[in-house]
Amino acid sequence: MKSKYIEEIIVKILMALSLLAVVGFAAGIVYTVFHRGWSCITWEMVSSLPGGGFYIGKEGGFLNAIVGSVYIVAASTFLGLLVSIPVVFYLNVFLKSDSKFAYVARLAYDVLFGIPSIVYGAFAFSLMIWLGLRTSLLGGILVTTLLIIPILIRSMDEVAKTFPRDLLDASYSLGATRLETMGVVLRQIMPGIATATLLSVGRAIGDAAGVMFTAGFSDSIPTSFSQPAATLPLSIFFQLSAPQAEVQNRAYAAALVLTAIVLVISLAGRFIMHRFSKNKI
Amino acid sequence: MFLLTGASLLLVLIMGIGLYMKSAPIFEDHSLWDLLSASEWKPFKNRFGFFPFIMGTVWVTGIALALALPLSLLTAVFLTEYSRAWVKRWFYPALDILAALPSVIYGVWGSLLIVPWISERMAPHFVEFSSGYTVLAGGIVLSVMILPLLVSLFVEIFSTVPQELRDASQALGATRWQTTKKVVIRRSLPGIFAAVVLAVSRALGETIAVLMVCGNLSQIPHSVFDACYPIPALIANNYGEMLSLPLYEAALMFAAMILFVVVLLFNLLSRVILYRLKKS
Repeated sequence: MKSKYIEEIIVKILMALSLLAVVGFAAGIVYTVFHRGWSCITWEMVSSLPGGGFYIGKEGGFLNAIVGSVYIVAASTFLGLLVSIPVVFYLNVFLKSDSKFAYVARLAYDVLFGIPSIVYGAFAFSLMIWLGLRTSLLGGILVTTLLIIPILIRSMDEVAKTFPRDLLDASYSLGATRLETMGVVLRQIMPGIATATLLSVGRAIGDAAGVMFTAGFSDSIPTSFSQPAATLPLSIFFQLSAPQAEVQNRAYAAALVLTAIVLVISLAGRFIMHRFSKNKI
Repeated sequence: MFLLTGASLLLVLIMGIGLYMKSAPIFEDHSLWDLLSASEWKPFKNRFGFFPFIMGTVWVTGIALALALPLSLLTAVFLTEYSRAWVKRWFYPALDILAALPSVIYGVWGSLLIVPWISERMAPHFVEFSSGYTVLAGGIVLSVMILPLLVSLFVEIFSTVPQELRDASQALGATRWQTTKKVVIRRSLPGIFAAVVLAVSRALGETIAVLMVCGNLSQIPHSVFDACYPIPALIANNYGEMLSLPLYEAALMFAAMILFVVVLLFNLLSRVILYRLKKS
């Protein structure tokens, strides 16, 4: 056999192995977390607040972290959408497709997307000190909003870019204003907005480095914006660094909860993309 | 709308300036070169040497890239050049999952599986003792974290190579791998470079996962079985106590600024290359 065919076979085997490795990593991580978490999780852990002596292994749960995460993610996703939808419209409807400004803006959002959340956190923290604010729910919400805006904008923008410009012209020629034309665009990019939202929720709920500085941590559920709030990733991190096995077990249970949430979100995103991209022009 | 767009552009600038202003006090006592090259980290004695942390970051990132690059290249080549549609349909959810998992979960996985594996199975063959919380653990965990990014970028880049070039090469009797090697990969080299730079900058900023598996000792690692202390872990670990010392905060903000500047430059470079590729 010629050497080029032998090479072909070897490479094919290597490729199959690397494909298996990637699938293996994904399955392995999910399995490890579920397997370890399933043996620890109890109803009490997800439904109650930390009791006295929680961090030395006494009773209680991490409901504070679950609720804190939900608060921060819900509020920041809402704020993020409020900012990013107008920006996407501006980039795709108002600006021409070869606009220099749009190029620079897209570049800036991509760069912002790449900046690590620890830098966002450090920056926001020093800003908060400067303004005389303490770690609070509000701080966590704001920094998470900043973190997800680039993701929201860029992933919606990718969908909006494929929007046929002829449709805009058709709408204008019927006498519609730009504002009215947006309705047409909105209907077309709806699945894009949905997937972008899910993507950013997934990122927001898993982010720890940003909220570590800004939202702080607390054993109770915050009742106002100025109180510190706990988050799931940080709760996992803090409990895992405790020496007691009971506390660590709760960290594994919390990891199970977080992984389950993230998996559901990610699968839902893929489903929506499949389901709704059929109706697109 | 214009204002919103402009404001988010300004954010890049404001962050840069803010971090610089916050870290400025440390330049009064120490020169930039001093900070970057000194290896003693004793905040209470006013010694701020970032060299161990920089080396820690470089080691961990280097290992992550060395592991992830061949894996992701082979996977992406298989997906674009070899596989049928149904393989892709079943394979992409695995990438989705890897991309969606939060870094703290990678940290949990690393400390449950990788760290014990290194300290019990791997390290005894090479060194006398290793806790498992090592450069290698950080590198392995990070490499899995950047895999989905690399694979999806490579797939995107390979699919910009015109089909005619492949056809021409195969018509001349080249095998698929020869075509891949000599046509597809050669043509995608700028894109591959950009993707690698992007993945490196992602790895540089990763915080919680490396914090959980790297051991966090401020020393210059001499082998992959030594503990290390990457820059993001340094910032995250010390945020609570940094207000007690005058220059401590400035030093940590300087660390954040190093990260910001490096990641900013890397991102700009790779994005500009990727934009060009997409256009052509």
